[in-house]
Amino acid sequence: MNAAVARELSVFYGSTEALKSVNLEVPEALVYGIIGPDGAGKTTLMRSLCTLLPYSEGSIRVLGYDALSESAQIRARIGYMPQRFSLYQDLSVEQNLRFFARLFRVSRKEMLIQREKLYEFSRLKPFAKRLAGNLSGGMKQKLALSCALIHTPKLIILDEPTFGVDPVSRVEFWQILHELKREGVSIIVSTPYMDEAVQCDQISLLHKGSVIGQGTPDEIIKAWQGSLYSLKAGNLQELYKYLQSKVDKADLQLFGSEIHLYSKDGLRQELIDTWKHEFSGLASCEEIQPGMEDVFLKMMQ
Amino acid sequence: MPNLNRIKAIAEKEVFHILRDSRTLTIIFIMPLLQLIIFGYAMNMEIRQVPLVVDDSALNSSSQALIDAFIHTDYFRLVPKDEGILNPGELFKERRAQATLSIPQGFGKDSFTVLLKIDASDPNSAQMIQNYANGIVNNRFAIAGAGITLQPLILYNPDLKSSFFFVPGLIALILVMICALLTSISISREKEMGTMEQILVSPVSATEILLGKVLPYIFLGLMDALLILGVGMLLFQVPFRGEFIVFLGFTFLYVLTSLCLGLLVSTVAKTQQGAMMMALGMTLLPTLLLSGYMFPISSMPVILQKITYIIPARYYLQIIRGIMLKGNSVRHLYQSGLSLLIMSVTMLIIASRRFKLRLS
Repeated sequence: MNAAVARELSVFYGSTEALKSVNLEVPEALVYGIIGPDGAGKTTLMRSLCTLLPYSEGSIRVLGYDALSESAQIRARIGYMPQRFSLYQDLSVEQNLRFFARLFRVSRKEMLIQREKLYEFSRLKPFAKRLAGNLSGGMKQKLALSCALIHTPKLIILDEPTFGVDPVSRVEFWQILHELKREGVSIIVSTPYMDEAVQCDQISLLHKGSVIGQGTPDEIIKAWQGSLYSLKAGNLQELYKYLQSKVDKADLQLFGSEIHLYSKDGLRQELIDTWKHEFSGLASCEEIQPGMEDVFLKMMQ
Repeated sequence: MPNLNRIKAIAEKEVFHILRDSRTLTIIFIMPLLQLIIFGYAMNMEIRQVPLVVDDSALNSSSQALIDAFIHTDYFRLVPKDEGILNPGELFKERRAQATLSIPQGFGKDSFTVLLKIDASDPNSAQMIQNYANGIVNNRFAIAGAGITLQPLILYNPDLKSSFFFVPGLIALILVMICALLTSISISREKEMGTMEQILVSPVSATEILLGKVLPYIFLGLMDALLILGVGMLLFQVPFRGEFIVFLGFTFLYVLTSLCLGLLVSTVAKTQQGAMMMALGMTLLPTLLLSGYMFPISSMPVILQKITYIIPARYYLQIIRGIMLKGNSVRHLYQSGLSLLIMSVTMLIIASRRFKLRLS
């Protein structure tokens, strides 16, 4: 059975279509990533999946229940972590955990066991009495995850859980997710960070409300056709300007300290030599393996 | 069925919020006290120490006794008369006097008529001055006259002290304002902070959330009522003639009604600001104007009279005045109490129907 399935899902805000006929199949006990830039519709999709948003067209089934007519059953069985930190800032770590345990009717005995377990992986135990509002960004996210897990849900839905979190905490957060997966928890996670896409077992690439790619990260990268070149120069802006006059602008991407150039059929060595001749600042031009970000940027076109 | 344990969890959480949030505590305890003191001293409708000029042409023992009767009260203060003929118009223009009393020659022997001129640029004061003067002449300086005498006997507030009137009214006004504010802000804050989104993805029902929110505030509302009552009795010497337990029971119903009104507001308002404006708008003016606090309901146009039926303070004013001034018991008040109960249950049902378990 799938943890969650969406069929031809469309969501409108007034007349704007936030999601356009999205199809999704989330297998059990996997980390499923919803990848896309801001405004792609990630939050809308996550909220629809956890029954918070009424959708206009299509259908959603979560853990076998219909998201419109059986939302109560779904809500009792999933854990949800909204994009914004949504715990009670003026309650302590312990009080937040206890409150959510009681909302889900977890018995005190079970709660204590589960809490110890959550403390163990989140390492929040020393901060049990601290107010949630006084935690660091990374710890806040771990607490939010712990609260979403206090009733041992089968599926957790995490909306950009690593947004605005420092790199070290991000790595730690992903380790926790992989651990949870091993315990059999299904995870749907959204992120705008392409480098996090490879941490997922399966992903959907979301752009302007539509799914533009689906599969394992490997499959998506392998589906890439053509060649990719990395060009470096002392003055990158000048090089960018120069290349714009030579190739299609859509094939060029500024990538930190290099420029990525897409070519459908590959570049001939003579052409590269000509460029080096004409633009003396061009230090190197090498063919590279595309990363997720290259693939995504290409797919967006 | 609402789950008791879940309601308890929400109520307890709410108590933690209240204890940690000094702003809420300020609203609950400081605001009512300030209101009581400001309203209490500003809304004083009694008139004291009215400057009075007396033109006594009789100059006998009867006229002296009449003058004494006037100035021995707290109401009038004697302003010395200028030489020459009394000119009330000029005195009023210069605001040196608000009333003049002319006693003709032969007063006490063949004439018992005196002339009282009153500055009525403030009609309310003029009315009061006339009443005081009448009272003094009729009661304290009774001169046997002919014809029919009306002997008024004023019950419950023989001195017509206005504190007897405004302290019970203020309890009604402040309670409904504070209680409606508390619940509406508490729920809209959760919407604003995003915490509502988090707790909605749980098996919690609208009724559970609403009941959990109301419970701790019932207690606070009652504490508030006791505070206002205590300070009101202390500062303004208002009597309390009824039974305390009756007061507590009916005040509980009123607090509940007011809290449910706040819940209703919170299902409409999206922000704390909005909730605050709406809660104040729905309580302050309607309670002041349409509850029978300021203006008697019987003298309102019929359509306004009908509207007063949905103002909770209308019922509570009857209750609180009844208990404090008349010593009413449950037998006299159960109808008003029942009205409050029906109102609160109705509002709670509407609020839980309107409360959205989804985002929109």
